[in-house]
Amino acid sequence: MKIPRNIIPLTFAFGMFWGSGAMADIKIGITISATGSGAAIGIPAKNTVALLPPTIAGQPVQYIVLDDASDATRAVSNARKLITVEHVDALIGSSIGPTTFPLVDIAAETKTPLIVMNPATGLVEPMDEKRKWVFKILPHDTLLAKGIAEHMAKNGVKTVAFIGFNDAFGENWYAAAVKTLNERGIKIIAKESFTRTDTSVSGQILKIVAAKPDAVWVGASGTPAVLPQKALKERGYKGQIYHTSGVASMDFIRVGGKFVEGAILPAGPIIAASELPDSNPIKKLALDYIQRYEALNKIPYAAFGPHLVDSVHLISDAVPAALNVAKPGTPEFRAALRDGLESAKSVVLINGILSMSPTNHSGYDDRARVMVRVENGAFKLIR
Amino acid sequence: MDATTLLLLGQDSLISGSIYALLAVTMVMVFSVTRVLFIPQGEFVTYGALTLAALEAGRVPGTAWLLLGVGVVAAVVALFRLRHALSLTTAIRIIITDIGLPAVMLLIVQWVAPMKLGLIPEMILTLALVVPLGPFVYRIAFQPLAESSILVLLIVAVGVHMGMTGLGLVFFGPEGYQTSAFSETVFDLGIMTVSAQSLWVVATTAALLIALYIFFERTVSGKTLRAAAISRRGARLVGISTDRTGYLAFTLTAMIGAVSGLMIGSLTTIYFDSGFIIGLKGFVAAILGGLNSYPLAAAAALLVGTVESFSSYSASAFKEVIVFTIIIPVLLWRSLFSPPAEHHE
Repeated sequence: MKIPRNIIPLTFAFGMFWGSGAMADIKIGITISATGSGAAIGIPAKNTVALLPPTIAGQPVQYIVLDDASDATRAVSNARKLITVEHVDALIGSSIGPTTFPLVDIAAETKTPLIVMNPATGLVEPMDEKRKWVFKILPHDTLLAKGIAEHMAKNGVKTVAFIGFNDAFGENWYAAAVKTLNERGIKIIAKESFTRTDTSVSGQILKIVAAKPDAVWVGASGTPAVLPQKALKERGYKGQIYHTSGVASMDFIRVGGKFVEGAILPAGPIIAASELPDSNPIKKLALDYIQRYEALNKIPYAAFGPHLVDSVHLISDAVPAALNVAKPGTPEFRAALRDGLESAKSVVLINGILSMSPTNHSGYDDRARVMVRVENGAFKLIR
Repeated sequence: MDATTLLLLGQDSLISGSIYALLAVTMVMVFSVTRVLFIPQGEFVTYGALTLAALEAGRVPGTAWLLLGVGVVAAVVALFRLRHALSLTTAIRIIITDIGLPAVMLLIVQWVAPMKLGLIPEMILTLALVVPLGPFVYRIAFQPLAESSILVLLIVAVGVHMGMTGLGLVFFGPEGYQTSAFSETVFDLGIMTVSAQSLWVVATTAALLIALYIFFERTVSGKTLRAAAISRRGARLVGISTDRTGYLAFTLTAMIGAVSGLMIGSLTTIYFDSGFIIGLKGFVAAILGGLNSYPLAAAAALLVGTVESFSSYSASAFKEVIVFTIIIPVLLWRSLFSPPAEHHE
């Protein structure tokens, strides 16, 4: 395949002036999973592209967006194409773990700053020569898991059953659960798995109910997370059910209906943006994003879209200093951009307030997390 | 594992086994009549469930547009193939059946969808939208290649599967949907509860299987299918059109797939790509049954359902591995003791 079929409809070129001026355009390459199994996460990002700023620090920006179809091989060829053919100054991607991890090697090899939109801690830890090119726009899953563990400890939960996806997502959350629960002396007494396309989890749920845990932690994302919740309710399970930030979208409530009432989950502040105090600087950014997204796309926003806006925001924070060093399109500019990203201090993003350091490339604090409960078909802030 | 758990798992395996049985039986039928290993079978399940979900929400399902689209393609293909011997009446007939009827369906759906007619009329509407896709798929993708090798047909089937999954994403979006149940009633039998919906699934499956049996044994159409399955050349020699039998087999398979979708749509969340793995389990059962025996395929489907339920209880991380591994010994045994199917050609 010489020309990927998806490049034409997905290419958004904002820099219109060809010639000498085009040489100085900043180019940002974006690869996302707009189709395939990760589409639920990739499509909100795709819908966000048109909201990105047309200029950064007075320089025109070109965004080149490719779809990796949730396929790791395609993500790799997209990244190579963006870097070697388009000479992008920074790379943003991708939507799911399998398409994001391979980008790390390419970014390091070509010395291109990479902003990842996936929660996996392993993308930026342990910090080494390769990962120094990678910056994570999402908080660590342990930071989010801590919210669940704290809520459990506060409410006297002693034993927990975990049921998660049978893939990297589920395993990452399981690792985060083990770490945060052990610190608080809470025991995991059962661990079960299921897959996104399963039509029944009765077997797993029977085993969990038989173990009589005080609470259940569902390590799944999107609407498939409804399945174990529904099965637990149908089996008459009375304990508290916790979910991950992966279910923070209205689709979860739409599919789950009355079965997901009372579910508790950690999420980025945007989920309860209107309930945040006015003094919180995130509130204005988040409400602005929601308003612009919904005006443009005529559909409710999903929590996965802001990651792209935040990624570009973070880059634009580092651009002015890098422009003083070199012109866009050069290796020197990319290196300066990387240094700039690493020295970001208290940048206010929709996801939280970010401060990077040479050892921490996902420097969020607890302000990047709110705990919410599903009440009457909406996410309500737990204060 | 106590008795209650055992009963609950048994109930669960019977429900999923029923769905797999329907898919396995139609897969055997399509394969024996047309030699197509019909991988996209699961997509009809998805289309059925998601079309019903869209109608329930009062929206016009994408399948209505898809039907018109494939109708136009099928008409163009038919007119092109007949271009040297085309009479006006045939041309009009092709245009009316392939483009006119789907267009009328689209108008009807656009008119009635916002009215939310209730479950039964919506189910009938769903079947009217999804079932014709089966014969259209046959005419566009398989009929021109009917004499090709099994391998070519298999590759085409994989292509159709990818196309249908992609269109599913376009029409239904990436998020999952659930439909409402035939009945919300739950029977309490002391040690366990049985939902009326699960009884519906099992009863509908049994009824469909019996209906298929009667169809094959007692009707001329059914017998032509059996004849084409035994020998395509022989069937043609006695005046049976293998185009017609292929057409019929695909109509049946689309219908049973869509009905399966209507049944499981309320038991679980269905996504645009859910069909593949459901169809694959039916396929495993069809293979276990040797791809030539309906009762064996149905029994194997129940076995697949049982293995799946019990392995999800005792080793959930390895559930799919266990289910798909059971075909290895069967394939081994068959390749050692049975002649390959190609020899019948």
